[in-house]
Amino acid sequence: MPDLLIELFSEEIPARMQARAADDLKKRMTDGLVEAGLTYASAAGFSTPRRLALTVEGLLGESPTVKEERKGPKVGAPDKAIEGFLRGAGVARENLEERETHKGAVYFATITKPGRPAAEIIAEVLEDVIRNFPWPKSMRWGAGSLRWVRPLHSVLCILSDEGGAEVVPFEIDGITAGDQTRGHRFMGPDTFSVTSFEDYTAKLKRAHVVLDASERADHIWQDATNMAFAQGLEVVEDRGLLAEVAGLVEWPVVLMGEIGEDFLRLPPEVLQTSMKEHQKFFSVRNPKTGRIEKFVTVANRETADQGATILAGNQKVLAARLSDAKFFWENDVRAVHEAGLEGMAAPLANVTFHNKLGSQADRIARIESLARALAPVTGADADEAALAARVVKADLSSEMVYEFPELQGIMARYYALEAGLSPAVADACRDHYSPLGPSDDVPSDPVAVTVALADKLDTLAGFWAIDEKPTGSKDPYALRRAALGVTRLILTNNLAMNLDRFIDAQLVLHKIELNAPDAKDAEIKALRDILDEIADHGVFGAAFRTVIDKLDGEDEPDTGDGSLLRSVGDAVPDISTDLLAFFHDRLKVFLRDQGIRHDVIDACIAMPGNDDLALLVKRAEALEAFLRTEDGENLLQGFKRANNILTQAEEKDGVEYSFGADLKFAEDDAEKALFAALAEAEPRIEAAMETQDFAGAMSALAGLRSSVDGFFEAVQVNAENEVLRRNRLNLLSQIRKACLAVADLRRVEG
Amino acid sequence: MTGDTFRKPRSFQEIILRLQNYWADKGCAIMQPYDMEVGAGTFHPATTLRSLGSKPWAAAYVQPSRRPTDGRYGENPNRLQHYYQYQVLIKPSPPDLQALYLGSLEAIGIDMDLHDIRFVEDDWESPTLGAWGLGWEVWCDGMEVSQFTYFQQVGGHDCHPVSGELTYGLERLAMYVLGIDHVMDMPFNDPDAPIALRYGDVFRQTEQEYSRWNFDVADTDVLLRHFEEAEAECARILEQTAQDPKMDQRIIMAHPAYDQCIKASHIFNLLDARGVISVTERQAYIGRVRALAKLCADAFVQTEAGGWTPEAVA
Repeated sequence: MPDLLIELFSEEIPARMQARAADDLKKRMTDGLVEAGLTYASAAGFSTPRRLALTVEGLLGESPTVKEERKGPKVGAPDKAIEGFLRGAGVARENLEERETHKGAVYFATITKPGRPAAEIIAEVLEDVIRNFPWPKSMRWGAGSLRWVRPLHSVLCILSDEGGAEVVPFEIDGITAGDQTRGHRFMGPDTFSVTSFEDYTAKLKRAHVVLDASERADHIWQDATNMAFAQGLEVVEDRGLLAEVAGLVEWPVVLMGEIGEDFLRLPPEVLQTSMKEHQKFFSVRNPKTGRIEKFVTVANRETADQGATILAGNQKVLAARLSDAKFFWENDVRAVHEAGLEGMAAPLANVTFHNKLGSQADRIARIESLARALAPVTGADADEAALAARVVKADLSSEMVYEFPELQGIMARYYALEAGLSPAVADACRDHYSPLGPSDDVPSDPVAVTVALADKLDTLAGFWAIDEKPTGSKDPYALRRAALGVTRLILTNNLAMNLDRFIDAQLVLHKIELNAPDAKDAEIKALRDILDEIADHGVFGAAFRTVIDKLDGEDEPDTGDGSLLRSVGDAVPDISTDLLAFFHDRLKVFLRDQGIRHDVIDACIAMPGNDDLALLVKRAEALEAFLRTEDGENLLQGFKRANNILTQAEEKDGVEYSFGADLKFAEDDAEKALFAALAEAEPRIEAAMETQDFAGAMSALAGLRSSVDGFFEAVQVNAENEVLRRNRLNLLSQIRKACLAVADLRRVEG
Repeated sequence: MTGDTFRKPRSFQEIILRLQNYWADKGCAIMQPYDMEVGAGTFHPATTLRSLGSKPWAAAYVQPSRRPTDGRYGENPNRLQHYYQYQVLIKPSPPDLQALYLGSLEAIGIDMDLHDIRFVEDDWESPTLGAWGLGWEVWCDGMEVSQFTYFQQVGGHDCHPVSGELTYGLERLAMYVLGIDHVMDMPFNDPDAPIALRYGDVFRQTEQEYSRWNFDVADTDVLLRHFEEAEAECARILEQTAQDPKMDQRIIMAHPAYDQCIKASHIFNLLDARGVISVTERQAYIGRVRALAKLCADAFVQTEAGGWTPEAVA
């Protein structure tokens, strides 16, 4: 059985696309071959900056012959029908077979599809793969119409076995497949022929190409760590950078260089970022001091001077880059010493955050106001949280962050320390963007937590206020991430807070700012009063009514025709509900990943107090655990049965059976037992719910299970006697009520 | 060029001359700079317009380029508001363009046996020209020495055939080859010439003058008006009928219109340097220039140089 070797040789493939492309080549080729009947033993894909390669071992030499039987018309059918069948099946009349079936004699045709040689199939599949290759971005070149990631120069495609190798006849847009390739651009540019995968990799290596990206990465990492170790240093691990660098070279040569005394005092993050982003250098750290002292660069070739010229050039470029960084750092530090961190933040008044949501300074003021309100909940000092809110984004106007946006927060922390602010404020500068992803660390210091929450909630309220919500895959302001961030901050820090109140307040604040240019002073004042009332009452509706009532009492409040206040009064509750539902959606996704079923979450979201996310999750966890027990599962069935009977009866009778059942009408022992069980469980459930002890409430519910089962076994609810029937329905209603007090079990599936 | 006869260039102008000779040898028409203020060599109609349509083209030229926001009063070692780009455009892109390019580096004294040359992904996009392409920035020992791009679209038109474009930042490249740390110290002509001039002798004063004007003095009201005028004139030119009534022949004025587009683009850059364009307005201005570039591209492909033929119409 032959082996197949394919190489697609092109101009430099972007490093970030190589690994995926090697996988795609393997998957698409082998899928295509198998679909055409060519099975194989094993396959592997490879990539270098200039080539994608695929080896398939133990391929069938030809696809198997396939026989297919087709049923035709009845014997004696009109000639026309038989001729049509013959044409369709591609067989001659004398090859038809007559067979008896339960419908009588029928013609059968056996169609034989002969196997095809592997080379023919390979050429077809390869053409399809090349023409439809899923590059993230592809291009045309010259006068041709073929698309590839960069100009494709040659195709190597051979089938080999013990007898030798032969080229698979294949041609695409003027490129004819052969058995030749070439080595390293500078160290092995001559073409050579290959006869097998082993021959290919061996000759490539002689021509200074390491085919396997992981082998190149291992080599780089080995050499880099050895070099660093020899000097008592360590390389800062960066897998992303390692993979990228391995995709930039065919023949990695590791060189270690000096950073220059002048730059060693820069924050390590600055050195690391500048070296990585601009130069793709690894940072080399002194483990004793934690400082970055050297760098590792990876060249693509050996030279007669052992890389001395290359290293000197790289060092020079680095020095120019770091001079810039040092210049930014020194300017920033000077600015902070002169005007403090709030001084550094001052220019943010001229930076637009969003054309409808004002400047960064407006945004910071809103975050500060929310941070103050949140401080009692998070346990932060309100003044310290407010100060932190004012300065955490100061570095957005620093020179360093202008150059390296990814250092936002990290620089603010350094500048806060330079400005003599507390470590808690400094850490809040760095941490208030967190958490960014579902597995990112969540801050725990109260100041950082406060500002992190305020920042995200203000952003969400703002975009909801102007109705720019995420749709489908479009979420340009990363609002899903912000909502998940708020959720994780609350859950991880176990914060008992009613989100509604803070959402409402921030929505009103946004409404004030959105309407400020056109509104009358009294209208804005009334809205500000509502804001204060929310802080006191915690509920928008009550706050709104209080202020409106007060306005009605005053002599001539010039609030125009009142339409602004009315529209705010109408809009805020709707927007707030919608935003809370968005939080619930994010929470569902998050909890589903933690193994909690969506219907369980729905059952808990349907309960009052669902804007307290920590409480909501406790309830969901307890319910999930409860439903996993046998008692829980059975009680759920009992509840469903009770609810079904009850719902049907209520629909039929047009009444609600919630009068309470009377023990004196209980006839059966099972019925009496249920009365007793309910009498015992109800106060326990109520007590547990009062202390938010969901597990306790559910264990009390569990106590009902046997009585409920017993009741349904022994008792006919819809009795002839109308009094008995009504009493039993009222009893079921009590079961329903007890269950619904804990969670909306109607929403649980199963 | 072999190792022992290999001679390093000694001045900025020698590097330019060697590039001119190299690309002339390779068959390019050596063009002269375009006589208008542009932000990059790409704006020269020899690149922008000639990359459109089906006619083959090969040109190389130096283009003085202006980036008002990069002015540093001549003090920064490598940032200038006025600098030179060397530009090569070949259509259709030849299959050996990478090798040709590497040959040009050798021609200016970069020894391939000692240096590490890398093609690092860098896709090019010019929002003002409605153009994009795929290619690389070319690194020599970690320093970007050129941009290498296969044009895919210009002025909203798909490029058929595709042009290969090379752009060398001449000052930076020359500083590297000559081993100079501050651009103003770079020999402009031969350092042994009777009157040896350094880059600073030629350009330090102008960098100061233009930096001051760009950042603080340029009259923004006048500039805003000029922008509007250029925009209006560009559109007006292209509204004219193809047939010139006086000459009674087809004369589409793609180039005069494109001049107005270039003008609008440069005025936008000046306004940007004066800091009077907000982030949101920026996008709007860029969109307006792009609209002009598209109109000009539409017009150019209706001209003979743009591949239009009377037969194609009939």
